[in-house]
Amino acid sequence: MPDTAAPPPPSIDLQAAFEASGVGPVLEGLDRELVGLRPVKRRIREVAALLLVDKLRRDLGLSAEQPTLHMSFTGNPGTGKTTVAARMADILHRLGYIRSNHLVSVTRDDLVGQYIGHTAPKTKEILKKAMGGVLFIDEAYYLYRPENERDYGQEAIEILLQVMENRRGDLVVVLAGYADRMERFFGSNPGFRSRIAHHIDFPDYDAGELMRIAELMLARQSYRLSPGARGAFERYLEARMTQPHFANARSVRNALDRARLRQAVRLFENRGRAITAEDLMTIEADEILASRVLGADAAPAPREAAA
Amino acid sequence: MRITQGTFSFLPDLTDDQIKAQVAYCQGNGWAVNIEFTDDPHPRNTYWDMWGNPMFDLKDPAGVMYELAECRKVHGGRAYIRVSAFDASPGWESLRLSFITDRPKEEPGFTLERQEGDGRRINYTTRAYAADKPAGERY
Repeated sequence: MPDTAAPPPPSIDLQAAFEASGVGPVLEGLDRELVGLRPVKRRIREVAALLLVDKLRRDLGLSAEQPTLHMSFTGNPGTGKTTVAARMADILHRLGYIRSNHLVSVTRDDLVGQYIGHTAPKTKEILKKAMGGVLFIDEAYYLYRPENERDYGQEAIEILLQVMENRRGDLVVVLAGYADRMERFFGSNPGFRSRIAHHIDFPDYDAGELMRIAELMLARQSYRLSPGARGAFERYLEARMTQPHFANARSVRNALDRARLRQAVRLFENRGRAITAEDLMTIEADEILASRVLGADAAPAPREAAA
Repeated sequence: MRITQGTFSFLPDLTDDQIKAQVAYCQGNGWAVNIEFTDDPHPRNTYWDMWGNPMFDLKDPAGVMYELAECRKVHGGRAYIRVSAFDASPGWESLRLSFITDRPKEEPGFTLERQEGDGRRINYTTRAYAADKPAGERY
């Protein structure tokens, strides 16, 4: 700061404000518990920084208009859109942007009615429930059905747009869905695109990230992969990623659930022997290799292992 | 004549911020908040018309304030509007808090009626001046 005679302007301790907001641990938790997703984390940091600076501006009496925080999350299945949306409520709450830390997660069925006059009250009901928090609309493109011109989805969209515009301070709307379909949805509802400030794209995970996700998932459930199983799972991931209907982290979770099932069967079939806590925690290579995905090239492996 | 009914009835009418704070308190206790209106001010008239359904599962007063604003658009200045909070924890919905938020611009008050019965017995009753007119045209 230049040395002048005038009294220094009131200085602001950004670091102290950051620590006081309690958003630091949330961002760290995000980094720790969510693997990959670099663009997503960057955008969340940007939003957090903006909100913090706005708060400081307000404290100093500078004008700080309520920023629009409606978001759209696009990405392939299993890339963590819902998980991040749930975190979003926590982050925005800590920054004081939303009043309560709650997320209302809905799909088309919750918003759109079945007969004339059913949609508006239904949508309003949900909006009222979400007020003060975050409204998460999963697979938002189903709201708009161009093939049926008498579809009531349009009515829900109109109410949503109105509330998103007029009651910005009361709720944050997060739309989520697969990228290509969301693109078409925004194309036919330009009002939505312009009212959403943050379009966040969720990238697919690479094999290394999926492996770390698997380990995090298992650690959370007090399981672990044996060294052999680790190698097998890496091979499994490689094979699975090239197959159709690969759903990133969701496929990993399903694969692990099946492995747990097979582990339980193995333990049960060997029930003559004493079982240690170690046995209950460890997933062996066989459990991974038994998967249908590795069926072609890994079929002999279990027999080898047994021999 | 200013009608007093429910909680806070001897205080000046609550401001929107005060209503909001009360609603937040109710929701913090897990009570469902309901909006009702009527144009029959008789104190024994317990059956007010409901403005929509009671608002269960709301976490924030903004939803209630939105409905209150909607109700005022239709009935504001022409009816009484009250906010009630119901507690379901006893196993049925029981009223915990109820206060009038809006009242008609003019409240003409009540007349005392005397009815002579057998043996010069007198029955007393009150009747709102407003109730002389048909429902919907009272205020």
